[in-house]
Amino acid sequence: MYKANVVIIGGGPAGLGAACKAKELGIEKVLILERDRELGGILFQCIHNGFGLQYFNEDLTGPEYATRFIQKAQKLGVESKLNTIVLEINNNKKILAVNSSDGLMEINTETIILAMGCRERTRGAINIPGTRPAGIFTAGTAQRLINMENLLPGKSVVILGSGDIGLIMARRLTWVGAKVKAIVEMLPYPSGLTRNVVQCAEDYDIPLILSHTVTNIYGKKRLTGVTIGKVDEEGNIVRKSEKYIPCDTLLLSVGLIPENELSKNTGIKLDADTNGPFVNQYMQTTIPNIFACGNVTQVYDLVDYVTEAGELAAEGAHLYMKGLTNSKTVLIKKGRNIRQIVPQRISLYERQKPIRFYLRVQYPEEKVKVGIYKEGKEIFSKKQLIVRPSEMIVLEISDEVIRKASETNEVTVKINGYRN
Amino acid sequence: MSDSPALGTPFLKESRADVAIIGSGVIGATIARELSRYKLNTILIDKEVDVGWGATKANTGIIHAGYSEDPHTLRGKLCAPGNRVYQQLCEELEVPFKRIGSIVVSLNKEEIQTLCELENHAKICGVPETRILNRDELHSVIPHLTPKAVYGFYAPTAATISPYGLTIALVENAQANGVNVLIQTKVLGLKKNRQAIILNTTSGYVHTNFVINAAGLWADEISAMSGEKEFNIHPRKGEYILFDDATGEITDKIIFSVPTPVSKGIVFVPFVEGNYAVGPTAEDTEDKEDLSTSFKGLKKVLNFAEYFFPEIPFKRYIINNFCGLRPIADENDFIIRPSYNMKGLIHVAGIQSPGLTAAPAIASMVMDILMDQGLKLTLNPYFNPIRRAIPQIKGSEYKTKEKLIKANSKYGHIVCRCETVSEAEVIEAIRRGATTLDGVKFRTRCGMGRCQGGFCTPRIMEILSRELHIPLEEISKRNKGSWLIKNKVLGSDNV
Repeated sequence: MYKANVVIIGGGPAGLGAACKAKELGIEKVLILERDRELGGILFQCIHNGFGLQYFNEDLTGPEYATRFIQKAQKLGVESKLNTIVLEINNNKKILAVNSSDGLMEINTETIILAMGCRERTRGAINIPGTRPAGIFTAGTAQRLINMENLLPGKSVVILGSGDIGLIMARRLTWVGAKVKAIVEMLPYPSGLTRNVVQCAEDYDIPLILSHTVTNIYGKKRLTGVTIGKVDEEGNIVRKSEKYIPCDTLLLSVGLIPENELSKNTGIKLDADTNGPFVNQYMQTTIPNIFACGNVTQVYDLVDYVTEAGELAAEGAHLYMKGLTNSKTVLIKKGRNIRQIVPQRISLYERQKPIRFYLRVQYPEEKVKVGIYKEGKEIFSKKQLIVRPSEMIVLEISDEVIRKASETNEVTVKINGYRN
Repeated sequence: MSDSPALGTPFLKESRADVAIIGSGVIGATIARELSRYKLNTILIDKEVDVGWGATKANTGIIHAGYSEDPHTLRGKLCAPGNRVYQQLCEELEVPFKRIGSIVVSLNKEEIQTLCELENHAKICGVPETRILNRDELHSVIPHLTPKAVYGFYAPTAATISPYGLTIALVENAQANGVNVLIQTKVLGLKKNRQAIILNTTSGYVHTNFVINAAGLWADEISAMSGEKEFNIHPRKGEYILFDDATGEITDKIIFSVPTPVSKGIVFVPFVEGNYAVGPTAEDTEDKEDLSTSFKGLKKVLNFAEYFFPEIPFKRYIINNFCGLRPIADENDFIIRPSYNMKGLIHVAGIQSPGLTAAPAIASMVMDILMDQGLKLTLNPYFNPIRRAIPQIKGSEYKTKEKLIKANSKYGHIVCRCETVSEAEVIEAIRRGATTLDGVKFRTRCGMGRCQGGFCTPRIMEILSRELHIPLEEISKRNKGSWLIKNKVLGSDNV
């Protein structure tokens, strides 16, 4: 029987952020359980730059960003077990995990931080008809094959979905000698960050075909081609718009899903819009000693935000262990053009620090105001020239706004137009 | 651990056999295991790199109760007797088998007549314990069912099974009892001389007294090798959608719609592995290799699921779609008889639904034909009916897990996170004959879960490469043409 104060499930950027913070706060026994063979999560296959601009004010590659935290964790005395899978969480404090050197392990812990990250949506999830040849990969799997295994999955590629991984892989594939014939996006606007659209597609003359999707897959053994077709506003394929593109590889970058199979078994409440746990500003779930952070709570744009979420979860676990309880809860409701928001609730503590909300809109809009409303009255607002679903909006609210919000049981966040 | 793949010899010039079976689908495999009870030299031949990769692989996985076909046809006669032996067969082979029962649901009062017909068939075919459920009974048994459902025809003996899992188990057991398995071997021709039939194959010649034509979709082409095509086989497409087990329990029974002349209709089935599937469509096609799904077909089966269970947001749970081809003979019935042209050749063709259910009954019918044709049967004293499944971490008791890991620490290394499959299970699957990603998948479920191989594919490739001593870039999905890797990124001539 093992014992710990905090067990962190997942050693990616969220888990590492949480672990380091937990040690810094003086928590004694901090244990990371990681299913892969190294800490760092998906960062080691993200060999491009653009990491750490917010957190370190530096432009780092994924492995550089990960290495900083891995070294920090080692220095601080964070313990970790690699190649280790959590099989069950029982009674919110008993974890059953397994690896090949320790065998089955029962770990008793005061608090748990869920940091399992997310997985990629697959062909099945979007139900593309056609044959089932080799040559269809999710963008992340292709990224792993190329960057970590030194294996090129194909030479002539169509990418479905303009998410960030898809865009980055378009550039990466071009660099390693493959021909990217098109990036096909179902929506009328790109799903990835603008910087990636410019730096990964436009700079390499890779056509980004909007309002189109892959409608059929061909090839009995290996992929031989796909057809793409125009999608109308209702999501139907426009007749006679279909066009065949020969290719040997189809990469899918059609979204990420938080991995909450383990969370579900604990019985914590999940939010249908984020696909992640329902949390407060300290990433506390609806079970008081279980916290969740990073892409398991919602899919973030930037790893810097993920690290911050991890740190907040550690602070939450620390407060919980000190016995500091919250007196009151204010629910955050989604108003006009808000697709998702984290945290979904605020807990009021005696000493309150500013709170950051991370939210996404449902559709793009220009010249808007992102506002928080209490009983119809605005208590906070921020002007924004443009909002897009692909770019997360970060709202930081002060102690004063929190106090105003706390006079009621719920506040609403919504997007409104404004006049100059 | 052996150094070579466990299935078959890659090359032989000449060999002899008492019986050669063409096709390692569930029919060929069942017959092979039946023959292994006797002192015989039996050879099982398949053109694919693994067993059961034809019609068997993409199948609904239902062991039907046996009421749905005309009792005067072979399809009607052999179904219920097949069903009866499955419990014991699956115990011997350690194949998961769940006798969960099926319900044919009628959506209007007129269809009650068809349900009564089914009940009549059930009586003639000896299907036990069937009955018609009224509206209240129906809805109490299946709470999520559409309120439009008015009657149900309940058959408690229907069951679910993994068709490829069963076939792999049958072949393993047949092999253990002396059957030779020859994969990646295509039969090119049949020739009869005075003593024997000579099979010309891509792996050499096989001299044999009897040939079982269990070639599925290609059985008509094998029959043509006897001098004349004795029948035609038409492929009939069936498209399916597979759901994640995250749906939670929707029904613990197999749900059929009222049958039509071409098909038992679409089925909503709880797979033996715990997730649900819906399908198949029934559409005749020309191409025997056309395993493509269509927008129309998938829409049709999804509509079925949504119609019968209107509360379930099925779209959110789709993890994959697939298509199978059933071999349909001209007369729409099974063809199980000696060839008219060549003595010693026995056709087991047109084995469409309910072929999986009927397989054991078909095999005993074939045994009778063989004896009738002069095959001498002496019991094999060493026959052992027991085959052990690959022990799994998932679903096993704490103590069992502990024991497995103690005996082999690789049981503690989980390589497929969605289905909780350990490295030890993958290695054992390779030892038993898997040489491809799909081979590992069908033996262990690696890659069948919600991430569909996104995380485990590079891992499984690595283990295949290490265990089979072949370079990573030569690992394929299911055969030579289905390559996964073009070349190395660095250190290759192509870059």
